[in-house]
Order: sequence, then C-alpha cells, then structure tokens
Amino acid sequence: MAEIALRQGAAEVAGPPRSQVLARMRLADKGFQFLTHATALAVLGLLGGIIIALMIGAMPALRAFGLGFLTTQKWNPVTEQFGALAPIYGTIVTSTIAMAIAVPVGLLVAMFLTELCPMGLRRPIGIAVELLAGIPSIIYGIWGLFVFAPFLQTYVQPLLIDAFGPVPVLSALFAGPPYGIGTLTAGLILAIMVLPFITSISRDVFETVPAVLKESAYGLGCTTWEVFRNVVLPYTRVGVIGGVMLGLGRALGETMAVTFVIGNAHKIAPSILAPGTTISATIANEFTEAVSDLYTASLIALGLILFVITLIVLALARYMLLRVERRLGA
Amino acid sequence: MRAKLYRRRQRRNALAMGLSLGATLFGLGWLVLILGALLWQGFSGVSLKVFTEMTPPPGSDGGLLNPIVGSLIMTGLAVAVGTPVGILAGTYMAEYGRHARITAVVRFINDILLSAPSIIVGLFIYEMVVARMGHFSALAGALALAVIVVPVVIRTTEDMLLLVPNALREAAAALGMPRAYIIRFVAYRAAKAGIVTGILLAIARISGETAPLLFTALNNQFWSTNLNAPMSSLPAVIFQFALSPYADWQKLAWTGALIITLAVLLLSIVARAVTASRKPS
Repeated sequence: MAEIALRQGAAEVAGPPRSQVLARMRLADKGFQFLTHATALAVLGLLGGIIIALMIGAMPALRAFGLGFLTTQKWNPVTEQFGALAPIYGTIVTSTIAMAIAVPVGLLVAMFLTELCPMGLRRPIGIAVELLAGIPSIIYGIWGLFVFAPFLQTYVQPLLIDAFGPVPVLSALFAGPPYGIGTLTAGLILAIMVLPFITSISRDVFETVPAVLKESAYGLGCTTWEVFRNVVLPYTRVGVIGGVMLGLGRALGETMAVTFVIGNAHKIAPSILAPGTTISATIANEFTEAVSDLYTASLIALGLILFVITLIVLALARYMLLRVERRLGA
Repeated sequence: MRAKLYRRRQRRNALAMGLSLGATLFGLGWLVLILGALLWQGFSGVSLKVFTEMTPPPGSDGGLLNPIVGSLIMTGLAVAVGTPVGILAGTYMAEYGRHARITAVVRFINDILLSAPSIIVGLFIYEMVVARMGHFSALAGALALAVIVVPVVIRTTEDMLLLVPNALREAAAALGMPRAYIIRFVAYRAAKAGIVTGILLAIARISGETAPLLFTALNNQFWSTNLNAPMSSLPAVIFQFALSPYADWQKLAWTGALIITLAVLLLSIVARAVTASRKPS
C-alpha cells in the first residue's frame, strides 16, 4: 500500500498537474466525438452531393431537350439529338428477364438451403453462393462474351427461333438471326449475377421463421412443400420482397457484364435476340468518346435517371428489410 | 379418395423438392463453369512475363505489370482514404449516437449507397474532380474507389462495435476513462477482427470495380506512377483488351481476369477466416 501511494505521489510530482491532464482528456474526448459525428453527417452529404453533382452536370441536356429526353428514341451524336428511351427500355427489359429467372430459382435455392439441405452441406453451399456474389462483374462480362454468348448463338438461340417462329406474338419476340450478343444474353447474365443476392437474403429471412411455427405445421401432417408454401413464405413475405428489390437494384445498375454482351445498339427492337443497350452500358461505352458538352451532359442525364430509379427501388427494399428486423427485435 | 389426395400431395412435394435441388445445382453450376473457363483460358497465359513486362501494342509480346501496379496503387489509396472515414462514421453510429434519430437515417442512406450502381460513383467523381482539374488522373480513380469503400466499412464497423458487450464499456467507465479512450482502448480492440474483415471485404469489392475507373483514372498504356496523370488498372485493361480484335490482347485479358478473381476469392476467404477464428471465444 505504501509503495503504491509513494508511486502515485512521485507521478504527481513528475507529471503535469492532475487538472491539466483531465482538461486535456476532456478536450480529446470532445474532439473525437465531434470528429465521428462530422464524418457520419458527411455520409448524408455524400448522397446529396451525388444527386446535386449529377443534376448540375445534366443541366445542359435537360434544358435542351426537356421532358422529351425521356420519350425520344433518337440518339445521334453527329446532329446532337439525344433521347433516353432506348437505354431506358433496354434497362427495363434486361432487368425483367433477369428477375423472371433469378427470383424463382433464388427462392428455390434458399428453400433447399433452409429446409432440405443436410446440415453438413449448408455452410459449404452457403459459402459457394457468396463467392458467386463476390466475383467482380467484369469477370461475368468476359465470360459472357467469350463463352456464354457463343454457346447461346450456336445452341440455344436457333432452337428458340425455330420453336417460337410459328407462334404469332412470340415469333416477333424471338425473331432475327442469332447474334449471340443481345438483350436476351444480357438478361441471362444479369440473372446469374443477381441470383446469389436473392438467395442469400431469402435464406437469411427464411431462417427467421420460428421453429415452433414450422413444427406445428409438420405436426398437422404438412409436407415440406406445404410448410414452405403456407407457413414460411407468408411469414417472410415482406423480407423476401425486400430481397428481391435489392436484387432488382443490382440488375438495374449493373454495368460491365451488360456492356460486354448487349451489343450497344441505340434502337428499340421488338426481338429480344437483337442487340440493344442499357443506361449503364451506354454511359460506360460512350462517356470517354463524348466530345461535345451536350453529349456529355446527355450521358450524365442518363446517369441521373438511373440513380433516381435505383434509389427508389433500393429505398423500398431497405424499408421492407427494416420492417423484418424491427419485428425480430420486438 | 383420401389415399388419392395423399398421393397427390406427396407427388407435389416430391416435385417441389426436386425443383429446389435442381435449382441449387443450376445456381452452383455457374460458379463451376465460370471458374473453370477462367482457369482454362487464364492459366495458359500465366508466366513470369505477365508480372515483369508492360502491356504490349497489338501483335507483340507483353505483360500486365503497369495495370497490376496501377490497381495496387489506386486500391491502396482508396483504402487509405476510405477506411478512416468509414470507421469514424461507424463509431459515431455505434457509440455516441446509438439511439439518435440521425443514426437511423445515416444507416438507411448508407445501406442504399452500399448497393448503388458503381458507374454513378464514376460520374460523380468525374463531375467533382476530373471536370474541375481538366484531366483524368489516378487520384480521381482512387477517390471513386474510396467512395465505394466507405459504406462497406461503415456497415461492418457499426455491426462489430454493436457486438461488443456493454459490460466492457461500463467497466472501463467505472475506472474513470473518458469516452473517447473507452472507444479506442476497449471497444476497438474487442471489435478489431470484425473491422479488419470489413476492410478486407471492401478491398475485395473494389479490386474488381471497373465502371468507376473508366472515366476517372482512364487507362494508360505505359508505366506511370504519377497520381496526377491517367493510370492503368487491371479491370480497365481487361475491358479494353477483351473487346479488341487481337488474339494476344484477349489472351492477356483472360490472364488478368484470372488474377483478379483469384485475388478476390483469396481476400474473401481470408476475411472469413479472420472472423471464424474469433467466433469460438
């Protein structure tokens, strides 16, 4: 005891007075709190800054074309006539194809992982799904261009053309020569890319279903499918929709993979085998080539449209997933 | 009658289960196909040259030294800029403003930024940096990547700090430690593995990003470490070479793709190992 008291006394003699140390600590404390608070607010500023910067950049185009920008298909850098209809159309069609495939498949995989899969395999398969989600999009692009598109061109597209040729409406949808690259290929690649996102979120959401609920359904004699269809899905509906919309947000904004395989044609073709373009692919392809200010502004205006659409989709998705979290917390 | 119904339910169940097994094989099949194609096409091009020589003009031999170095420089800078910002903001959300309304708002916005299209970030930095400076630069590329790093780091930092038991903080507070010191010497240490995981995941995320680099750092055929000039990067070179008509460029693009994928997979496995090693305790 005496020794400790002695040491304390020595410290007090050697160091600065206690009040000074405390004051310095208080200052450091306040400073640190201020710093963290400021950075957190800067994140809000980042989102606002992105929107404002895009708006300023897009201004010349919006002033020149007005709302007609959204409804014009013409895209002519030589005469400086720009309209966003073709890229918007392409974005919507490719995302629709992607979601039509990825949603059912993703949900089935998530069902397999939560209901059927032997315990030992769950982790490896879950990790594989996450690795698929982690592969950079440019890898999907190069693979799509050199492996997937030629495969579709030789084997799948001729089949589709033959199969749907005699059918009245579908023949227009699957018309034309099999290019390999085109809207359908881009949609399929997007489906592969979105699939792991939908799978992993739905799996997480499915796991929130209380075991008691499922067990009581099994106790009544339900089959696994009936439990999934009538207990798990209704219970997790909001979360699943949130996950799907998160996937949709990815599909809408995905750039590199689409740029490689869509063919970049600024026209709206009725056939989904024909080349098209999307908002992000147009920007990626043409931005560095845009020589005039109006051309650049039009591309930034495209970016602004894309950002607004994805913001709405992602905000809805997060809102729904938040509701699931709240229910869990309550 | 009852037996018929029973059989129908059984059949429907078997069908659904079969479909779900099929869907899983279908989904995982792509991973095998893509990795297989990458290894097949990429490995034949891997040699020492890839790491020691510059990108060639079409029709001659060369490697990927300048894009590899460029990617490393810009990734490093982006992490150096983005990580402190992310950690500080995450700290506020988990420590000071845990129950503040602003935290909920920041978390919501951050989650949106987390999945916002990366090409938009490129446009943003183009407007803010490239258009102002009047030329493309590696600095702009690094900034664009940093904007992508920040939300990832914020998310993991907040999550990991929230996992630190409050008893630890209370014990430190009872000793008279000021809050900033508690955070630095208690909370950060307890959450270290998780925060490191977040940084690794952020690196994995940006090392394959192409879209934000296309019109910020652009590309450079030559060796350059000048931050104020356009700089080459692996993804940008893959994009340029893969879409070119030259066979040897396409070959290099595959090799580059293999390098990126292996790096990303390695990073995510290491990140997983870091968290897994902490789990038992």
